[in-house]
Amino acid sequence: MSKKIEELKFSGEWDLAPAPESTNHISVKKEYQLFIGGKFVKPKKGKYFSTINPATEKKLSSIAEASKEDVDRAVKAARKAHSGVWSSTSAKERGKYIYRIARLIQEKSREFAVIESLDGGKPIRESRDVDIPIAAAHFFYYAGWADKLNYAFPNQNPSSLGVAGQIIPWNFPLMMAAWKIAPALATGNTVVLKPAETTSLTALKLAEVIQEADLPPGVVNIITGAGATGSDIVNHKDIDKIAFTGSTGVGKIIMKSIAGTAKKSTMELGGKAANIVFEDAPLDQAVEGIINGIYFNQGHVCCAGSRLFVQESIYDTLLRKLKDRMQSLIVGNPLDKNTDIGAINSKEQLGVINKYLSLGKKEGADMFQPSCDIPSKGFWCAPTLFTNVSQSHAIAKEEIFGPVLAVQTFRTIDEVITKANNTPFGLSAGVWTDKGSKVFNLTSKMRAGVVWANTYNKFDPTSPFGGYKESGHGREGGLHGLAPYLKF
Amino acid sequence: MTKRIDVLKTYKIFIDGKFPRTESGRYYTLSNNGKGIANICLSSRKDVRNAVVASRKAFGSWSGRSAYNRAQVLYRIAEMIEGRRDQFVAEIISMGGSKNAAENEVNNSIDRLIYYAGWCDKINQVFGAVNPVASSHFNFSLLEPMGVVGIIAPADYSLLGIVSAMLPALAAGNTVVVLASEQKPLCSVTLAEVLATSDVPSGVVNILTGNTSELIPHLSAHMDVNAIFYCKNNPKEINQIQLAAVDNLKRIVLSKNSDWNNSAHETPYYISDFMETKTTWHPIEQIAGSGSGY
Repeated sequence: MSKKIEELKFSGEWDLAPAPESTNHISVKKEYQLFIGGKFVKPKKGKYFSTINPATEKKLSSIAEASKEDVDRAVKAARKAHSGVWSSTSAKERGKYIYRIARLIQEKSREFAVIESLDGGKPIRESRDVDIPIAAAHFFYYAGWADKLNYAFPNQNPSSLGVAGQIIPWNFPLMMAAWKIAPALATGNTVVLKPAETTSLTALKLAEVIQEADLPPGVVNIITGAGATGSDIVNHKDIDKIAFTGSTGVGKIIMKSIAGTAKKSTMELGGKAANIVFEDAPLDQAVEGIINGIYFNQGHVCCAGSRLFVQESIYDTLLRKLKDRMQSLIVGNPLDKNTDIGAINSKEQLGVINKYLSLGKKEGADMFQPSCDIPSKGFWCAPTLFTNVSQSHAIAKEEIFGPVLAVQTFRTIDEVITKANNTPFGLSAGVWTDKGSKVFNLTSKMRAGVVWANTYNKFDPTSPFGGYKESGHGREGGLHGLAPYLKF
Repeated sequence: MTKRIDVLKTYKIFIDGKFPRTESGRYYTLSNNGKGIANICLSSRKDVRNAVVASRKAFGSWSGRSAYNRAQVLYRIAEMIEGRRDQFVAEIISMGGSKNAAENEVNNSIDRLIYYAGWCDKINQVFGAVNPVASSHFNFSLLEPMGVVGIIAPADYSLLGIVSAMLPALAAGNTVVVLASEQKPLCSVTLAEVLATSDVPSGVVNILTGNTSELIPHLSAHMDVNAIFYCKNNPKEINQIQLAAVDNLKRIVLSKNSDWNNSAHETPYYISDFMETKTTWHPIEQIAGSGSGY
């Protein structure tokens, strides 16, 4: 008895009325300066660059570009604060400052969320429910560690490293700033932080919060600029540690630059995670996990589940469910509370994604995109999946950093373990099965730092995050995230 | 009566549980006070590659063994050295050491083995964690071995140097390729004979003798080596390793204390240096029963 399954119709009745978040409660200045030594100071060379809203391409503000001299000023301020104030501030008081930052972010969370979505293009639902709460939670969590380090490292007599140079990406701007600053401060270091050039605004708002929290001047310095500024931080002689989150390519350049110096490092780099669905998995749950794994934050996620491995026996069913679910995703205005997929962060990144879309087709894979309305202005990419993908295709090997899923199939457990681990990356992995013993077999065999079983893309300040192999070294989050900022 | 002629030992390298000569056929003569002691293999790049292949092949099974079993294998090495104590002492003396110092070195080597053997099934109890995440998930972090670790053994020690240098990585569950001390290589080769009879699976430990400065670039640039433990203190070599390691982002661990008799070399932090933290998440059902007491 074969009954054709009727295709789901996604016609007009699925349309939701617009539900935009208002922007009248936020304050964005026309021009932002560098935050050095507790003050906002003009850049030495007087240069500024524009930051735009990627959903409208309209300019939001002018941002100071830090030159080598500015980097030097910031490092000097951080050094002075470390030896002068911060290292002699009692651990308990240090913790109280960090608690203050956490509370202030919570108080201003709505403003932070709106600015994050305006500047970076991510859906307001994500900024509001993920980025900003996790950023606040990170400060709150690490604040409590400040006076308890001897319990984390018994008999080790931990002490701070000194000045940390921190360089963060544009995919989770405030959250990444929190992941970097909170553990560094809790362990008694001072910092010079540089946000990515397309998403400086929330980091500069954070600088205002830090000022409001009355942190001693120079403990946190936030300077803005592009790659050249980052390179000046990496190469500055008086920095003790580099903490970097970004691409594996840039990570390798940094590691080459600091070779032969005493600088320590943590590297949170790229990924190409396997998300594995077995025939005994709860399929509808798995579909949600696949969607969340690759389309969350437009796929601008280093731990995105960009390689889907489906057991052959359920391939047809799963693909149908997945395509149906993709059809219901709403692409558009990041400030609309119904939006699932916002704007691609920059024109440059859209170019990278489009390059991979044509490469995928050229190499022989089949591309699927649901029909969806895409705004005429701004940078957009419809959720995309490729089938007929082989291990050697560029879309299955390289990090795309966009909403692009490469689907492959497998028959046996050994086969999928081999395929999943056959990558120089090792940041994360996902496993879907209702069988407990299979979960533990797979999670222990994945050569990756974070493994989600029957869930995906979950983050928490207590949970260590970081990669194996070329996905970087060191951990952020949890007790394990303290060690990279301490010497013993 | 004719005087009995001693049977001299051929010192060979140790790859995949076997004792080949270096494929290059090269050697150097080890001497003490101008007197030749032995001809030692001058290993080549090809030997390094063979050793890495053997090491990688052995990794799955060694890391997959129970920690209890790994502990017993390491303990067994200590038992075997105890049985060959006189040979090791004699070798150390022949390379230029006092009897006292030689005995002390052998004692410390055996005790260090026992120390690290004991850590195998405890490291994750001390360094692992259950993380109280705010969402409804069970979340835990455990340490796992990195894979193949390349080890540059201390130059001025013989048995104690190589034993101390390889133990942390082995206790963690890694497999190793060791470049033995160039100046004091005898005990490294004899240690290989001990390992071959100590239930250490083939390929878990591979030992190469030769010119370390020739081999370091090959070992530290090899794309299938996950980490390097460097136990000398030559800044030029450190810089060379750091640059060569970038291509596959090897972890680099530098030994912090050059007195290998010092008990500072007995620490679980050395073991965790050769491990990666893996964090696993699983949802906890919140459908029924969440309101009821238990």
